[in-house]
This record gives sequence, structure tokens and C-alpha cells, in this order.
Amino acid sequence: MTTVAVVAARLPARRYLLLVVLAVWVLGWALFNGRDTLALGGAELTPLHTSLNEGMDAIDDGRNSNPFFLYFINYIRLFLDESVTFVQALISQASFGRPVPVLGWLGVAGLATAIAWLWGNGKVALLTAAGFLSFGVLGLWQESMDTLALTLTAVALSLAVGIPLGVWAGLSDRFHRVVTPVLDFMQTMPTFVYLAPLTLFFLIGPASATIATMIYAIPPAIRITAHGIRQVSPDTLEAGASLGATSAQALRHVRLPMAKQTIIVGVNQTIMAALSMATIAALIDAPGLGKTVLKALQTLDVGTAFNAGLAIVIMAVVLDRVTSAASRRVEAERRAGRLRTTRRRRLELAGTFGVVAVLGYLSYTYVWAAEFPVQAELGHYVRQAADAASLWVQDSLAATTDALKNVLTNTLLNPFEALLTGSPWWLVFGVVVAVALLVGSVRAALVTAAGLLVLVLLGLWQDSMVTLASTLVATILVMVLGVVLGVWMGRSDRADTMLRPVLDAGQTMPAFVYLVPILGLFGPTRFTAIIAAVVFAAPIAIKLVAEGIRRVSPTTVEAAVSAGTGTWQLISKVQLPMARSGVTLAASQGLIYVLSMVVVGGLVGAGALGYDVVAGFSQHQLRGKGLAAGLAIVVLGIVLDRVMSAATRRADVAAHGGVTHK
Amino acid sequence: MTVPSLTERSPLDTETVPILDVRGLWKVFGPKAEAVVGTTLSRKELKERTGCVAAVRDVSFEVRRGEVFVVMGLSGSGKSTLVRCLTRLIEPTAGEVVLDGEDIRKADDRRLRELRRHRMAMVFQHFGLLPHRCVLDNVAFGLEIRGVPKQDRYARAREVVGLVGLNGFENSYPDQLSGGMQQRVGLARALAADPEVLLFDEPFSALDPLIRREMQNEVIRLHHEVGKTMIFITHDLSEALKLGDRILIMRDGELVQVGTPDQVVGAPADDYVRDFVSDVPRSHVLTLRWIMRQPLMDESLDGPELGPDVVIRDAVHTVLSADRPVRVTDGDQLLGVVTSAEILEVIAGGQER
Repeated sequence: MTTVAVVAARLPARRYLLLVVLAVWVLGWALFNGRDTLALGGAELTPLHTSLNEGMDAIDDGRNSNPFFLYFINYIRLFLDESVTFVQALISQASFGRPVPVLGWLGVAGLATAIAWLWGNGKVALLTAAGFLSFGVLGLWQESMDTLALTLTAVALSLAVGIPLGVWAGLSDRFHRVVTPVLDFMQTMPTFVYLAPLTLFFLIGPASATIATMIYAIPPAIRITAHGIRQVSPDTLEAGASLGATSAQALRHVRLPMAKQTIIVGVNQTIMAALSMATIAALIDAPGLGKTVLKALQTLDVGTAFNAGLAIVIMAVVLDRVTSAASRRVEAERRAGRLRTTRRRRLELAGTFGVVAVLGYLSYTYVWAAEFPVQAELGHYVRQAADAASLWVQDSLAATTDALKNVLTNTLLNPFEALLTGSPWWLVFGVVVAVALLVGSVRAALVTAAGLLVLVLLGLWQDSMVTLASTLVATILVMVLGVVLGVWMGRSDRADTMLRPVLDAGQTMPAFVYLVPILGLFGPTRFTAIIAAVVFAAPIAIKLVAEGIRRVSPTTVEAAVSAGTGTWQLISKVQLPMARSGVTLAASQGLIYVLSMVVVGGLVGAGALGYDVVAGFSQHQLRGKGLAAGLAIVVLGIVLDRVMSAATRRADVAAHGGVTHK
Repeated sequence: MTVPSLTERSPLDTETVPILDVRGLWKVFGPKAEAVVGTTLSRKELKERTGCVAAVRDVSFEVRRGEVFVVMGLSGSGKSTLVRCLTRLIEPTAGEVVLDGEDIRKADDRRLRELRRHRMAMVFQHFGLLPHRCVLDNVAFGLEIRGVPKQDRYARAREVVGLVGLNGFENSYPDQLSGGMQQRVGLARALAADPEVLLFDEPFSALDPLIRREMQNEVIRLHHEVGKTMIFITHDLSEALKLGDRILIMRDGELVQVGTPDQVVGAPADDYVRDFVSDVPRSHVLTLRWIMRQPLMDESLDGPELGPDVVIRDAVHTVLSADRPVRVTDGDQLLGVVTSAEILEVIAGGQER
């Protein structure tokens, strides 16, 4: 195999070989079209799926007798359920024999505003007040508080686990090496995939939702904390050591204070990840806004979905701005020295919390401050407006969107899908492994071969190929957007200031929210799923390309301009080639993001693996198949990730003028 | 001494026990480093055959109490590694580092921390200050980690801050200070612990030339005031000649020469050192000892007297204005004579090489 690698690496015309492989594929497709395609109908099951079903039934039956459940799993479930219920009792649900939660809207909004003011600034405090009031105005106070309760519980637990682990990973190289691939896996694993296995152990409800949210939210906490601890200047650490600091002292006096700002950025990322997962967890009956959106999606009620989506976005914006402001404040205080004295700060704390206590007491005692007044709710106007807008857009843009849909479907999606699903599986197998070898490495090719075999064994070959086709088409669209907008953003500061907030919003918005308007525009088809995936993945790709372009040394650009290159030449001959590794990274990240939207696509009309997973949630006899489909998505993700990162490495080496083999 | 204004290099007392004694020190980076110790392969051969880099090779030297000992070499010569081996910020591969009779390499973690807290302190090229602490807290940091009560450590820190001329900046943060001032903080932090040995790792390389000169003078002043033993790493020959009582020259991890500034300039150990010191105005470094000759039979021996350790530059006026050879004497003993011919040869010849 190594000799193959060496030969492959030395071949001068790699891209011609790729073309040859593609030509062989098309030829093979023409000859063997429709043979050995391993098709499997929607309700058909393989023996493997049936036995998975039986296995899951067995686990279900053992829930109250198996010691593993009795003494371990059930306790965790109890603990998590109780934690979420407790926070809900405080802010969202009737509790402790009262018809309303402990803190009513006035108390919660006051507390949130106070926190934003004390650790952020006046501006974000105003934003917080407005945001919390708008939950009530939209008529979604209780749902919002349920989401907030779930998110906060998951965040608290994630940070309690994640920050210590992150510190450990920051201190120990060995632990860092062990934990990095695990985190990679947790982050690349499409979010929906672990929902089904989780419900198997923790039942549907808050416990599973919390764990799912934690799986998604812990990696950034660990990663960013570790990064913060690691990036502490070695000079300073050495100075500490030369003064005789013990490792505990170095951690407490040097590493942690210097990493503080980065750790708060990690908290911000953790909160954003938790919020987006807490809404998705509606699929397993998590309480809150996600459930409202999900129900609305299932009934194609654009207005209601938009209304709840808006509340999610507002919550995301508020949480993001407050934590970012807190992180900037740490930095500002560090730079400016502590301007306020401790005494003044204490007064400030006491005063603010005094006001909050009064508001809290009011909301505990009086109904008007506990339940958001119905007269002030304007949610139905929003719903009506959104419905009207959606109708208008559908009517007036139908021609354009249909044209776009048809062009893309007929020129890109259909041929690609036909090629992937119509060819015999062994031909596709050979072609994909060869491509992995050519663009990636031997190891990537081996992983690919193993992954594809697993797909065959799972009995979901054809569904996987359909999903692969949509995934790749979506990725191509993402990259077209990424390169065009990324180059524009990288070259023009004005474009950057214009686009960046839009991209930030796109990244902070939980995935569900996109579906609503897209569904309105394109109707429930696989194309809708592709567009949703593109919207989800494009921001990260655009940002990465823009960063790559910006990193190109200004001296080189200046030299090229002074040699008389035109704008187009500058982009195509200097900036893009030099940003090549950034572009490849954008492609690989874009791909992973697209793939994680596959299941969401299953909700809005995309078939294949996404549908299998969704069907597995709702139909008992399809649970096994759903689980297998989840596994298939993970396998696809691993294969694509490995191939792309091997290709990225190759591009990196090539971009630095190195020899490409190794 | 006949001319009181002339500066003389005080001969060092060679009899005292050295405060720091380094014997056969090796630092090898790479796999199976221990096996490489003792090698005679060149840097390139070593890298090819074993994948190791010997940053410090069999270096031995002694540092006397109260002297400024300069280690000089170009980048990559191993001088920074060497100084870190002295406090085991980098663990040496072989050899002994004896501080006042105690082998530092044998110290366990606790003992090593004690040594670092009380006996040796270091000043770094990039300062290594804590950005989230004000100047006073930075200076007091070493005292804080060894558990000195708040009152005491602030009192001591204020004292040292005054010593390095940072009065009035106690509550500033490192970001608000210029590079030179930041390095003063680094210096104060090292001094606060009142160590016996101060280690300087290219402390002024990151500063611009004017500030650098100011800081060098500051070090000379502090050396006079507090009289600490200083080990000073630099790649700048003029800095080495200016500060050093003795200079150790390193190349590729090996010791090339140890000696006083005039020994290094007057009797370079090899072509490498000769090349290195070729731009130095010899009359600024060499003493009369280096150019005196035996008197001729018919020369009159009643000219002015000078000591053998007078730097040539300082003797020019006396020698050129005398109409007879100047006698170089040590007490009552006549060592030799110097005339304008020798002086002019050094001044002229020193520049043309």
C-alpha cells in the first residue's frame, strides 16, 4: 500500500488521473445502470434492522430490572430531570403548590438585566430588558423560559465538566492528545444522530435533552479553555518558574488569570451551542420554543414557526451579546487597570440586587408581575404578518425560485444522484476509494473503504448515496458562495463590515429557524433541505475563505500590484492560490456543517437517511432502521471528514512549496 | 599610581571559592539524549546520525562571588539554553552545577523551588510580566509565591521599585509602560527576592539602542549598589565588553574561550574569536600589559610611571606627552616600558584588521 502511495504521490498529473477515474465511472454507469444498486424501500427492513429493533426492545424491557439501569443510568436520569425541573420551577412552570413559577416575568427580566449590567455594560442591559420583554410580547413567555431553563441547566453542567477538563487538557499534553479526537468526533457527529440512542437509555424528556445538549456544548468549553491555558505566553510561565512557583501557583496566578478572557469566550460558545441544541432537542420532547417550531413545521404553519423562531433568535442575540460584552469587559479592565474601587463595586452589586429583590418579590406576590399581561401580547400580529409575507413571497417569487430549483435540480442534483445511485455499488466503491487516494492519502483511502463497507453492511447503501449526492451538491453551492463572498469580504473592508453581522447572525441562529422561510419559498422538497444546509454552512465557509485571503501577506500583494497585475489576475494568481489552505479548510468545514443538517432536511421533505432517522423517532417498528441510518450518517461524516482533512493537509504542504508525498 | 584620574581594571581575587561552579555540562535535545553525551561528532553529523541536537557541549566554568560574568555567542550558540540549565528551567542532560557547594542537579523539586525562590533570580528577554497585575504586584510576585505576608512584600516591592527608578509607576499596568520600563519591572522582580545570583537572558536585546545603553548603565550602577553576582547572556560584543568582568564565548554549544575582556581581545583563542573581536577598538580594551616591551640598553628609565592594568586609551595622553619611555611598574618592580610607537601601532593597527 505504501508503494502505491509513493507512486500515486509522484504521479505528476494527479488531476488527469482523477478525470480518468470519473470517465471510468460514467462508462461503468452507462454499462451497468441499475444493477447491484442495493436499493431498499422506505418501510423495508433488513435482518440487521430487525435485530437492532429487538435489541432496543430488550433494553426498554430491562429499564426497571437491569442493575446497570437501576443503579447508574436511572440515577443520572433522575438527577438531570430534577435539575431541569428545579430551574423550570424557578422561572417557567407552576411549582411548589403555586399556580405560577417562583419568579414571574418581572423578576426574571429584572434579574437578567441586572446580570447584563453588572458583568456587561449598560447597552447590553437595555438589550436584555428589551429581549426578555419581547418574549412576553410575542406571547411565548413560558416557552422561552422553558428553553432558557433547559439551556442554563445544560450550560451549568457543561461548564462544570468542561472547564476543569479544559484546564487539564491545557496542562497535560497527553490528555490533550487523548481528548482532541474525542471532541472532534463529538463535534463532527451530526447532532440528531445521538438523540435516538439517548432516548433509549434516558427516555424522552428533559434528561435526554440535557445530555444531548451537553454533548454538543461541552466540546467548545473544553477546547477553548484548553486553548486559553495553552496560549499563555511561555515567557511569563518561565518567569514564574524561575521565581520558584509551584505548578498550582503557576495555574492560579499566571495561567488562569491570563486565560480568563478566552475562557469567557468559551462560555459564550458553550451557551450558543447549548441554545441551538436545546431547540433541536424538541425532537425528543424537550420543552420550550423548539417544540413550538417543530409542531408548526409539521403542520406547515409558517406564521407560528416564524414567531417562535423570532423568539429563539432574540434569545440567541441577547445571550451572545451579554457574554461577549462580559468578555470584552474583562479585557478592558485588564488593559485599563481596575478603575473602580472594590468598595464602589460592592455598593453597585448591593444596590442592583436590592432592586432585583424588590422586583422578584413583586413577581412572587402579585399576579400582574408573575404572568405576562395578555393585553400586551402581540404574537398573533407577528404570525399574521409572517403568513402574509410568506404567501406574498411565494406568489411573487414562485417563478424565480422554481426556476432556480429546477435548474439546480436538473443540472446538478439529478445527474449526480443518478450516477451515485444508479451505478452498481462495487463501482461506486472503487471510484470513491480511488478519489480518496488521489486527493487525500493512503490512510484516508483505507478509512473510506472501511466506511463504505459499513454502509453496505448496514443495508442502507442506496439511501446513503442519495444523501451523499445532496450533501455534495450542497457543499458545492456552499463553496461557490464561500469563494465569491469570501474573496469579496477578504478584499474589501466595506464588504466585511456589511457581511460580518449577517454571517454572525446566521451562525448564532439555531438551525430550525432557517427552515421556516425556506420552507415557505421552496415547499417541502429535498431542494429545501439543500438550501437550508447551504444557509447553515455558508457563513463558516465564507469567513474561512475571507480569513485566508486576509492572511495573504500585504507585501506580496503590493509586489504583485507594482508588477502591474489587474484585479482579476491578483485574485486568481496571487490571493486565491496563497489562500488555498484556507479554502480547503472552508470546504471541509462546510461539508461537515452540511452533513449535520441532513436529518433536519429529513423533516422538510428530503428522503434517504434523514427521513429514516426521523421516521425512527416516530414509528416503533422503524427504530432499528433509524438507528442504522444514524450510524450511516456518522460513517459518511467520518469518511468525508478524513478525506477532506487529508486533502487539506496536502494543500497545506503544496501551498508551502513542500514535496507532496508523506 | 602616578596619575590618579586613570581608571584601572581591578584584578580579581582569584583565591575565593567560586559561588557557581559548572562542570562538564551537557544539554542534548532529541531521542536518547543521554547516549549522545560525550560525542565528538559535528552538529550536522550528529543531527543526521542520531536526530539529536547538542545545544550545550561539555561546558565548564566558574563564576566568582560578586563578578559580572558574561556569556556571549551568536543566536543558536546555546547560550540561552546554558543559562536555563543553571536553574534547571531546562533540565541538563549531564554534568554538575554547583551553587555554593550544593549540586543543583541533585536537588528535588521542593529544594529546587527553594533555590529559585531565594538564591537565583532571572531577567528575561521578553520580560515575562503578568499583564493582569500592576507593577507593584508584578514585583511582589516572587515574594507572594513564597508566602511573604502582604504588608512585608509590598514594603520590599516599593523599596526595589525605587531602586530601579520606577517611583510613581507602582499602580501602572505593564501594557502602559515602554519596553525599557517593563524591563525595569522585570529587573525589580528579580531583585525583590534578594537573590545571590542574578541571571540575565539577553535582557536588552528587545530594546532600542538608546534605551539599551541606559539600561546597561543601570545594571552597572545596580552592580555597584547591591554587589550581586551576575550572569549575563548577550549576543552583543560591545555589551559584553562593557559589562563583563569575564567573558565566556560560545559557539555551537561549545565553550571557545573564557577570559577578561582584554584577554579575549588581546589573545583570541581561535580564528572564530579573532574574527568576532576584529571590529573592537583595541585601545579601548587592552591594557598596557599587552603592549609594553623590555627597555633597550640605552633608554633612560626615569620617565613617568603607570600600572600594567591601565587601559591604553587612558594612557595615550601621558605616553604621547612624555619625551621619555613611560615605565610600566607593579609596585617597585619594573615590568617594561611603553613609548608612543607602541601606542600608535595599536591605535592604527587595531582599526585596519
